[in-house]
Amino acid sequence: MTSVVSPEWVLKVNQLGKIFGNLSENGLALTGPEIGSSKDPATGAIVAAWDVSFEVAAGEALGVVGESGSGKSTVMRCIAGDQSSSAGSVQIRTSPDEQIDVLSLTPSERRQLRIDKIAVVYQDPAEGLDLNVTAGGNIASPLTAAGWRNFSSIRSRASELLLRTEVPLNRMDDVVKSFSGGMKQRVQLAKALANRPPIVLLDEPTTGLDASVAAGVLDLIRGLLEEFGLAAVVVSHDFSVIEMLTNRCIVLNHGRVVESALTDQLLEDPHHPYSQKLVSAARA
Amino acid sequence: MTTLLNKLIDDNESEQFGILDEYSKREIRRAVLTAVAVPGYQVPFGSREMPVARGWGSGGLQITLAVIGPNDIIKVIDQGDDQGVNAVNLRRLIVQSTKVSETTTAAKSSIVQSRHRIPEDGLDQRHILVLQVPVPEPLRGVERDMRELARMHAEADYSKMWVSLYEDKVRNGVITQTTGYPCLVNDRYVIATTPIPRWDIPKLDHSPFLTLFGAGREKRIYAVPPFTKVEPLTFEDVPFEVEKTEGATCSQCGSNSSFLVEIPGTQTRWVCSDTDWCERNLEGN
Repeated sequence: MTSVVSPEWVLKVNQLGKIFGNLSENGLALTGPEIGSSKDPATGAIVAAWDVSFEVAAGEALGVVGESGSGKSTVMRCIAGDQSSSAGSVQIRTSPDEQIDVLSLTPSERRQLRIDKIAVVYQDPAEGLDLNVTAGGNIASPLTAAGWRNFSSIRSRASELLLRTEVPLNRMDDVVKSFSGGMKQRVQLAKALANRPPIVLLDEPTTGLDASVAAGVLDLIRGLLEEFGLAAVVVSHDFSVIEMLTNRCIVLNHGRVVESALTDQLLEDPHHPYSQKLVSAARA
Repeated sequence: MTTLLNKLIDDNESEQFGILDEYSKREIRRAVLTAVAVPGYQVPFGSREMPVARGWGSGGLQITLAVIGPNDIIKVIDQGDDQGVNAVNLRRLIVQSTKVSETTTAAKSSIVQSRHRIPEDGLDQRHILVLQVPVPEPLRGVERDMRELARMHAEADYSKMWVSLYEDKVRNGVITQTTGYPCLVNDRYVIATTPIPRWDIPKLDHSPFLTLFGAGREKRIYAVPPFTKVEPLTFEDVPFEVEKTEGATCSQCGSNSSFLVEIPGTQTRWVCSDTDWCERNLEGN
């Protein structure tokens, strides 16, 4: 499978793999889209992702599409550091002379990356936010982690971000658990952008929101990606999300990339039978 | 009861100096040495059963009995009071089991065991201050998972503590935490300065004396060695302030420069928390 190439990559994922359990010798041949399973029949090991490669440039968004269990969230968690990977490499380039090999870092160093290099927006706000803390306090968290020690500066930065993500400022000092789903996602976006990270990973950012609210959040995300020139990876099973946010995308099936293409192309003319099935299901 | 205790101690010639056996003392001393070597780090130790209930100063008592020698002079206070029930009982226990001398004057002592206070004056490089700690974990209020707590300390990741200070300031307009105010020791570990009030925190910073914190119930010992930086966590634009009631003076000695406590009653009265200091101040006047 050829990878989608972009010359000025900020994030480069190369042959990333994640296996749960002990794989048998032929385990890789006995799993995958052709076989129709990600479970090694000999040992029961699960090949959640294998040989996943892509690059993302600044100001560009890459979609990762697939049904539930296809391995798209695993890929995202491996990049974010929520999960360790079994194979491959993940590199980020934040300036011409600073290139970081993410997977070789210690868990502590990977957490450091999450402060100002890689931000993640989760489907479940409880994963990205402390629901018992105010909206402002949630944004104060990455700011203080990055060394902010001035109360008024933290307040003004937090209100600036909430204003940008369209959270009413009179809710800034309310605990997040009192917020609606859409507003929680807006706070998550504000928190993710607090330290101006060059990379943002979005895992089903609007799944679970009702259509009109989701449309508003999507609009906001698209604006933010453009405004901040972010390199984004958008994981979703929802083609309307992928269509709206991404330029290119890869299709995952049983842990493998079965197709990578420009988003428009994929939607108009999917090549792989699995992609065709996904697109026709979405268009139905 | 006291007679019986005396009789038991007198009768038993082989009775250990200071209740603890030598192996226990060695283990506690090791923990103390580690704590001094890594300022602010909470060292686990095998907290012993003591003849006082856990939560009544058993941690402080174990440290005192592990570091005390026959020539030491002990002072024990509860709040700032040498005559508090807890102080009197712990002092009796220490004195009867070690035969060391006792005093109420900090300057004349060599070891001060305390619940809640650092004496107003008199401590210098000759002294060891032993504090009886109820809750040694400063992050307990913001994180409950023990593994996560260990990770946060290991990586000096204290952003959750900062968020809690931020939230406190947003909700209350001021940082309200009083006793156990979180402090950064030697630019590395955050400690709970429980049980002392904010008032005493400036005294810990670069103090000439050694401070040992013992939590018997929680089985932790930590230390602030002499001349070590102790910095209360606060925002640059929110100055750290100690407790102060405008216009309050001690109704006995008239002091307005010591830590005062309120005496409940029909008319509000204030007295010095440090009773020994108050008496000396009264005589001096």
